[in-house]
Amino acid sequence: MKLTLKIWRQKGPEEKGKIVTYPIDNIDGDMSFLEMMDVLNVELVKKGESPVAFDHDCREGICGSCSMYIDGEAHGPDRGVTTCQLHMRKFKDGDTIYIEPWRAKAFPIIKDLVVDRSSFDRIMNAGGYISVNTSGNTIDANATPIPKEDADKAFEAATCIGCGACVASCKNASAMLFVSAKVSQLALLPQGQVEAKDRVLKMVEAMDEEGFGNCTNTGACEVECPKGISLENIARMNREYLKAMVKK
Amino acid sequence: MSKSALLKSSLAKKYWMALTGLFLCTFLVGHLLGNLQLAFDAGEDGRKAFNEYAYFMAHNPMIKILSYLTYISILFHTIDGILLTIKNKKSRPIGYAKNNANANSSSSSRNMALLGSLILIFIVTHMANFWYKAKISSESFPLHIIKIDVKDQMGQSQNIDLYHTKTSPIPKTDDIVVKNKTELYDKMANVKIAEGYKDLHSLVFAFFGQDKSKYGFPKNEQALFYTLFYVLSMCVLCFHLWHGFASAFQTVGVNHSSYNTIIKSTGKLFAILIPLGFAIIPLMIFLNQI
Ligand code: HEM
Ligand code: SF4
Ligand code: FES
Repeated sequence: MKLTLKIWRQKGPEEKGKIVTYPIDNIDGDMSFLEMMDVLNVELVKKGESPVAFDHDCREGICGSCSMYIDGEAHGPDRGVTTCQLHMRKFKDGDTIYIEPWRAKAFPIIKDLVVDRSSFDRIMNAGGYISVNTSGNTIDANATPIPKEDADKAFEAATCIGCGACVASCKNASAMLFVSAKVSQLALLPQGQVEAKDRVLKMVEAMDEEGFGNCTNTGACEVECPKGISLENIARMNREYLKAMVKK
Repeated sequence: MSKSALLKSSLAKKYWMALTGLFLCTFLVGHLLGNLQLAFDAGEDGRKAFNEYAYFMAHNPMIKILSYLTYISILFHTIDGILLTIKNKKSRPIGYAKNNANANSSSSSRNMALLGSLILIFIVTHMANFWYKAKISSESFPLHIIKIDVKDQMGQSQNIDLYHTKTSPIPKTDDIVVKNKTELYDKMANVKIAEGYKDLHSLVFAFFGQDKSKYGFPKNEQALFYTLFYVLSMCVLCFHLWHGFASAFQTVGVNHSSYNTIIKSTGKLFAILIPLGFAIIPLMIFLNQI
């Protein structure tokens, strides 16, 4: 396959960036999108140019680091996949592909396609934890019976890999899907009840402070989320928040 | 924290947005049911029924409370909507060179602020044309006149104009003067003798093109303009509600697979039927005169 890539290049956080066009040839449909980027980078290095910086780690859809806004969608046109799981067969010979970093005030660009997602970490620090007795007589989690439906929903919420595709796709750069997944996975379980009220208030406060936008329920996040995290979680977080506000 | 959270946090703003939005939806139902009378009876009976209905609406204390709640809701919904939109715009200072938003969301859902602003322009125009003229402006307002034929002693038929009032009709003569838009005074004794009904029915019909002679306005082109403006504004309202109705339920946390389909389909039905009902009124009045 022969493709034209239009990639956002930015030397550093404070530099001005721009879209640069790179023609590329001999791309196989069985390659992953990141492998195609590797091919490009090898060529760039051979020519003495600086390679395109992008985040990646597991390359199997579990670490959530491979953030790329491909052809107008987070992680590209495929559904339920991260960039590393996106195959080049999704594209046609002769296609022009835009590759941009996540765009959000709360995700400042470090270099090229690499953004700083530590705002997610700070939201987690604000309340995404539970208190567990670790004094040597830790209670086995399986000793507490949990209804199957709750366990399933908590597990679904817990599949969020913190990739930030929800923020990137949202027209408001809202982090509601991410935060609601994190709130839900704990709110649904008995172990999460101790800090339940504080958690939702603090995580939402942290989310607002980081400069994420407000949810307008467009549903773009749910469609683009590689893990299929449901809007149901946002509604649950809204209920939890209301409860916490009234009871506090 | 909870007190400031009630107004300041992003979620609290959204609750207010949803609650005021849903309240405005109930207002729309009431407003439509009352006004649909206009579309179905252009005759004397309809005029009577509508003007009496309007009088009732203007004088009932419950309705007064509801109307203030409506004004406050519009104000809150608008201010909150603007604040949320400003924050949302700031949250993405640099946009994408290529963004395929249609792949993941509906255009109504992405344009709520634009749609809302257009609705606001409509509301202001609408209030200026009806509410301001009927309630605020210092100009006199046409009262409901009943025209009857009586035969005098000679058997000649004679036209007589009567003020339609809260009590019994009063002949329109030079002895009666109107004060404060609707109060009928005996000129000699300077005492109030009755309360007349405003002729809002004729105002609406004249506005959308019928009975031009009565008020000398608006010209036909104006009526055409306003009819189109009203119909288009109702399309805008349709798109706002197409997303807004179901969205409000999601915001207040009502989301469960067992009833989501009902909420979504009710929302779409609501978004079509209510604006359609409103749009029919100017359309029927305007088309009837052609
Ligand atoms: C009859 C008039 C109106 C009705 C019935 C109405 C109804 C609604 C409803 C039900 C929502 C959804 C709330 C949610 O998602 O939680 C909404 C959202 C919205 N409305 Fe209105 N609205 C009206 C007028 C206006 C006006 C005048 C504006 C002002 C500019 C406006 C701006 C907005 C905005 C920006 C949103 C999106 C907010 C968000 O989702 O966060 N609306 N409206
Ligand atoms: S909710 Fe989905 S899109 Fe958002 S961070 Fe988690 S996995 Fe990524
Ligand atoms: S590199 Fe880990 S999810 Fe893509």
